[in-house]
This record gives sequence, C-alpha cells and structure tokens, in this order.
Amino acid sequence: MLTPSATAAPAPYDEEPPFDSEASPEERRRTRRERRAARRAAQQADLDAAREAHAAAIESVPLVAPSAGNGLLAVFQRRYLLRLLVKREISARYQGSFLGLLWSYIGPLCQFFVYWFVIGTILGLHDQVENFGIHVFSGLIVVHFFTETFGAGTRSIVRNKSIVVKLPLPREMFPVASMLVSLFHVLPQLLILTVACLFYGWVPDALGMAALGLGLFIAMTLGTAGALMFSAANVYFRDFSKVVDLLHLFVRFSVPMIYPYSLVDKRFGSAAQYYLFNPLADCVLLIQRAFWVGTTPDPDHTIRTDLPANLMIWGLSVAGVSLVLLVIGQLVFSKLESKIPERL
Amino acid sequence: MTTSIVLENVTKTFKLRYHRTIKQMSMAKVRGQETSTLFRAIDDVSFTVEQGEAIGLMGLNGSGKSTLLKMISGVMKPDDGSVLTRGRIAGLIATGAGFHPQLTGRENLYLNAAILGMSERETARKFDEIVEFADLGNRLDTQVGHYSSGQNARLGFAIAVHVDSDIFLADEALAVGDKPFKRKCLAKMREIRDSGRTIFYVSHAAGQVRKMCNRVIVLENGRLAFDGGVDEGIHFLHYDSDDEEEFADEETGDDI
Repeated sequence: MLTPSATAAPAPYDEEPPFDSEASPEERRRTRRERRAARRAAQQADLDAAREAHAAAIESVPLVAPSAGNGLLAVFQRRYLLRLLVKREISARYQGSFLGLLWSYIGPLCQFFVYWFVIGTILGLHDQVENFGIHVFSGLIVVHFFTETFGAGTRSIVRNKSIVVKLPLPREMFPVASMLVSLFHVLPQLLILTVACLFYGWVPDALGMAALGLGLFIAMTLGTAGALMFSAANVYFRDFSKVVDLLHLFVRFSVPMIYPYSLVDKRFGSAAQYYLFNPLADCVLLIQRAFWVGTTPDPDHTIRTDLPANLMIWGLSVAGVSLVLLVIGQLVFSKLESKIPERL
Repeated sequence: MTTSIVLENVTKTFKLRYHRTIKQMSMAKVRGQETSTLFRAIDDVSFTVEQGEAIGLMGLNGSGKSTLLKMISGVMKPDDGSVLTRGRIAGLIATGAGFHPQLTGRENLYLNAAILGMSERETARKFDEIVEFADLGNRLDTQVGHYSSGQNARLGFAIAVHVDSDIFLADEALAVGDKPFKRKCLAKMREIRDSGRTIFYVSHAAGQVRKMCNRVIVLENGRLAFDGGVDEGIHFLHYDSDDEEEFADEETGDDI
C-alpha cells in the first residue's frame, strides 16, 4: 500500500528538472509520460548503437574452428590463468590442515632421516661417504621434485575433470601447473640445503651453480614430459597412475643418492657409463656437484674420485634428450587429447 | 548479415564400453559377448546461424543437445564434418566448474573468470558488477564449500554472464536459483540477446524458449528434426499440446 506522502513525493528520476509548479495534474502526467517515452527511446538508441557497433566489429573476425589453441605454447599465452591455477593448488593443498605448508617438508625430511639412519648408520655409509647427510639430501630434493611433478601431473587431468569435460582450455595447462607447484615447493628445500652446506664450509662456485641449473632443468623437463604422456593416458586407463607410482620406487634406487657413485664405478667398472644413461642419475650427480662436493674437505679430489668424468657433457646431452622427450610427450598428448572429454 | 555459427555434416560417434577391466574383457570375449558398441550422438547435422539470432535448441533427453553444444564451444571435436564459429564464445555451460570448495568466493571468482577466458584487466573492470549480480553479501569471503547449491550457482552464473562474448551458449542454465534471481538472469540474458550477440539456448521449458528465442532447432536421436520458427518448433515437439502452458510461470516462463 502506498501512503499519501509516498505518492505525492516526486519520483526519483535522474537529472530531471522539477515540474512546473503551476502545471495542472493533467499536464504533469503528460510531461511524465513524454519523459518516459524519451527515456525509452534513448535506451533503444543506445541498444541499437551497441548492436551496430558489435555487428561492425564482428564482421572483421574470421570464421574458425572453436577449439582452443592447444599445446604448451598456448599454455604460456595464458599465463594469467596459469598463475591463478598454481596459486589455487598451493593455497588449497594443505588448507584445513594444522601444519599447513610444513607438510611439504615433513615428507622429504622423514625420507631423509630414514635413509640417513638406515643406510648411513646401520649400513655404515657414514664411514664411506663424507657428509653423507648432504649427499642424500641434495639427491632427495631433485628426486622429490621429479616424482612430484610426474605423479601430480599424471593425475592432474583426471583430477580437474569438471573443467576438462566442459570448458575449452589448453589441457596441457594442468600438468604444467602441477610442475610449477612442485617447483614452488623445491625452493625452501634448496634454502635449507644451502644453509646446511654453508655450515660445512661450502663456497658456491660458478660451475657448481651451472650444474644446479642444469640439474633442475633436466628434472623439470623430464617430469613435464612424463606428466604429459601419462596424464592423457591415465584418462583412458587409470592403471597409468599406478605405473607411475611404481616407477618412483625404481627412481629412488636407480640414482646415486643413498649410495655414492664411486660404489657404482667400483662394482661395474667400465660398464658404469651405462648407468649414466639414466637421465635422473646424471641429474642427481649434477646437484651433488653443486652442493655436496663443496662440503668435502678437498673438492677437487672428490670430483676426481666420486663423480664421473665429463659430468657437464653428460648433463648437457641429457638436457637435450629431455627436450626431445618433452616434444614427444607433447605429440603423444595431442594425439590422445581429442578423445579426452568423452573418455573421462 | 554475418554468419556466426556454421555446421556442416557434423557427426560424432561415441564408443560405449561395457567392460573396462582385463578380467571382464576376456570373460566377455570368451562368452562371445560384445565388449563395445558404437553410438552416434550427432548424425550429419548441418545448419547456419546468423549473428544476432537467438536459437532455442530442443529435444528429448539423450537426443544430443549437450554434445552439439560441446562441439560448438570447442570442447569436443567432430569426427566428421566441420564446426566453424566467429568471435569469442562464452556461456552458461559449466557454471561453477573448477570452483575449489576450500577457497573463498572471492578467490574462486578470480579463478573461474580466468578459466572462462577473462583477462586480469577484464576481471578487475567487472568485479563489482559480478559481485553485485551474485548478491552474496558477506558470504563472498567465506569458503565456497559452505555455500548452498543456490549460492554456488549464483556465483557461477554471475561470472559466466559477464564474460564478453559474441556467441553465448546456455545449457539448461536456469534450473537452480530462487525466483528473484531467475528473473534477474532472464533479464540479463535478454540484454545479451538485445545487444546483438548470438544466443544458443538449450532448454526444455517451452515458455522460456518462446520468450527468449526467435528460432528453434530440434534434435531427434542426433539428427536435425526441425529447424524453423519458435511456435512451430514447440508444436513439433508436442510441448504445447498438453495443458502445460497453464502451469507456466508468468514471468520466467518456467514450468511449475
């Protein structure tokens, strides 16, 4: 119900001159009607103008197939979305847990202490390898980075099912985002390692830092390549994520992390070079070149006795191979991708 | 006139698998059962849509409407034939897809807008408008996991309708939400239509289609069964034969 005062109050029209106080109610009503009509006409004109502008603009747009631009390149064209996806993963991963981000360290630290105690103390590697803790931890960081990238990347497409089956996005976005999330968690671990190494009197050297960069690059490229291949395959058969878990077991023991490379050299002799065909073994050796070597009393001696000859050459070749694998990963992904929405 | 969507002899076949594990597969092989059949979801469909048309896509459940929409949006590729579109596509296809239940409404708004293809600047420009449209009040800064399904839908819808687009797709979008919100949505859709964008609207509600669209396409078992005027299309489907219209909601055109 309208109260009399409400009806008497002038309607709140924007920027309109007040009514002529002399005007009769009849005239007022007519003015009001005219103004309303004018307003409607103006709105209509606005709409028409917008429609014409739109029609003119759309004519120059080509008619194309609607599927999103795909491939890794398209992912980096949409950096803003990638950034938000990575941020979502990082902030959502441990939400609701009391220890939060600390869990990223608890996992690797527990592994570290198990190896340190079982292999170092019980099997006596502490006596054979100088600073065995650093030796294990520098390997563990990069192995953990690789397995996280590979594992989380493999599950990423299935995990983001709701988006993948409904919206056109470059689907490589999800494995790449997983890789970046893992990389984010590597940084504080590297910090801890650096502090520990400084404590042992480690001084960074140029070649060592180059080895670090190369090692991280290999783990990153290789992890992404594997994630691309297996994430698409995982859509067809979830068995592939189980295969990846199995592979991680082999990875941990096939790299010179819990045992020194010198032991491999001693056991296999000239066949030891085949051991270096495992890209992750080179990757771990590069990280050890960056950190562990510098903590030993005589680094030059350690390089000669505990690292393979031409480690940097091996590293560069493996980096090249990883890039090739990344291209293959992309090709496999593109091949499998077109059926993903219907198989998921 | 500019063409907006062109479909030529589009066909999409799905393989239906009855068995997935190795045990089931080998058992079926031994018994001589079929392990999979082919199912033609979309069968040789062709049509052209002009810029600014509002199409109502209708058909019974399982007639291929969503599959067709997915091919127009680019999620799926046709096995045969071609789909071509002009301009940017947006719509109410998966409102709220990718919402993370543990993030707040505000964080999800930014993320979802980016998933739908909005740039950082576009999101910043429209942020207030979206928030106002969703009308969630102080719930915006609480976890999406604690939202009711209606609130979830409001946020998703508010983001989706604010994406700049030339083609707007809507898949049975207005099934949720309370009446005032539904009214607001329909007004917004009408605004989209009147601004000259192409609308592709999937719905079973004859009243809504009548209010929103100027052309109806009917699919029947994946084949194009009807393409023409709105009233004829609805009549073709016999959606107007029963006294359904009597129950239709005056404002939203919803069936009650």
